[in-house]
Amino acid sequence: MSNRDDYARQEAELDDLYREIILDHYRHPRHRGSLADPTASHEGLNPLCGDEVTVQLAVSDGRIVDVAYLGSGCSISQSSASMMTEAVEGKAVGEARALSDSFTAMMRGESGIDLEALGDLEALSGVRRFPVRVKCATLAWHTLNEALDEIV
Amino acid sequence: MGLDVARIRKDFPILERQVYGKPLVYLDNAATSQKPRRVIDALVRYYEQHNANIHRAVHCLGEEATAAYEEARDKVSAFVNSASRECIVFTRNTTEAINLVAYTWGRANIGEGDEIILTQMEHHSNLIPWQRLAVERGASIRYIGLTGEQTLDLPDPDHLFGQRTKLIAMPHVSNSMGTINPIEEIAQEARKRGVTFLVDGAQGAPHLAVDMQAIGCDFYAFSSHKMLGPTGVGVLYARRDLLDEMEPFLGGGEMIRKVTLDGATWNDLPWKFEAGTPNIADVIAFGAAIDYLTDLGMDNVREHEIEVIGYALDSLRKLGDITLYGPSDPRNRGGVVSFNYGDLHPHDVGTILDRHGVAVRAGHHCTQPLMRELGVSGTARASFYIYNTREEVDVLIDALKAARDFFSE
Repeated sequence: MSNRDDYARQEAELDDLYREIILDHYRHPRHRGSLADPTASHEGLNPLCGDEVTVQLAVSDGRIVDVAYLGSGCSISQSSASMMTEAVEGKAVGEARALSDSFTAMMRGESGIDLEALGDLEALSGVRRFPVRVKCATLAWHTLNEALDEIV
Repeated sequence: MGLDVARIRKDFPILERQVYGKPLVYLDNAATSQKPRRVIDALVRYYEQHNANIHRAVHCLGEEATAAYEEARDKVSAFVNSASRECIVFTRNTTEAINLVAYTWGRANIGEGDEIILTQMEHHSNLIPWQRLAVERGASIRYIGLTGEQTLDLPDPDHLFGQRTKLIAMPHVSNSMGTINPIEEIAQEARKRGVTFLVDGAQGAPHLAVDMQAIGCDFYAFSSHKMLGPTGVGVLYARRDLLDEMEPFLGGGEMIRKVTLDGATWNDLPWKFEAGTPNIADVIAFGAAIDYLTDLGMDNVREHEIEVIGYALDSLRKLGDITLYGPSDPRNRGGVVSFNYGDLHPHDVGTILDRHGVAVRAGHHCTQPLMRELGVSGTARASFYIYNTREEVDVLIDALKAARDFFSE
């Protein structure tokens, strides 16, 4: 049950959970703040952990021209929000939705996902091995979806 | 005199296991404690030797099982110095014990315009049943606030109790911060004013010598699994005259005396409140847990916890950049040390500690209103028991340093 290999594997899993790029977004969050005149704004909550993320979008001609988030929570929830803002900035609303679907599918462990389209977001796939933390990673994306729903 | 912790640790098979290649450092005792061999053996012995349904069987096994089940009640009764064994009702857990009171005593005694007093440090299990009752009956709830050290900010008793106060309820020991509440004094003031007093003892009975007659409360609820016993067994201690007046909680077998197609009369105490086949095996094994704690002596348990918690508090303070919750003096707190470390989120701390073999709880600890009051989303909580050592505190501290290094640049 417990041997050196196991231990090495667990260490590797921990490194997988907290990949350097995730830690980088945690230490240097992108798009953290609020927009002066958002088209849509939604607050997402993770009642189990108390993670909070508010996502704001400025949408013009069906394209996300600016995006910001504010929130508090664990490194996974906050860096995932930061990574999300980078990923959707400049994208058409439909593209952002498609990306959100791909991300959620990846976190569910579904097959046939276009990992190339996910880019840096793929770094969060290691969170899957920590089932209680998956909802931390998906919170920002669920909140994004809710914000997109507000756009008529 | 204290405890022979090295010897105690040998009684707990699980403490020999490793997690992620590291020795298990189990500091989540406020969630549930580990079980000594004696308790595990009692479960096996019951199923291998005595398994039968209780109270009605006329055969040998049924009589043995009944005797063992009722003997466990006597042990619990003696452990908390209850006035009589009839005052001890077995439930599933503390939550069910409190709900039993809310549904029976509460519905009969709390009406429109009446008031319930709770505290800002309630576990949800001593909050939701009363919120539901208050909505149903049109009653109101008032909450006692906290001081800077997260003790109860108690006003003068004349200001605490109102004209319409029917019930006051609070934890004996806060599960989030460890604060020990002055329940003897509250009981005295409540009794003077005819206010019923319920104590959530889930974090009290496992750690402190409790004496129902000395405390003088009306209800005291606690759980087996936080005090070395199995899960699935809770205890409601209640004053005999209250139990006599109360309607049954659940209806069915066991709780009746005579049943006709037109109605039924109720069994004697405490069986009136134990409908259906109870959790026989776990109650019997809980008796073995009570024996174990009684042999150690609750004063020795307490002395050990003060020692190890004092050491944990000192070690955490030395670490720096630590926010501690609850009273600074270990003599004023139970088995819980709750903290936040720098700006690290408790869940990140919990994950890193886990990889060092250290099991702690991270989050709101089922006390969301309290976390809101403290202005945090959660805390990391290390909770201690009879088998925890100073060396384990050192492992905790080293793992915290590793967490800090991991998240800093």
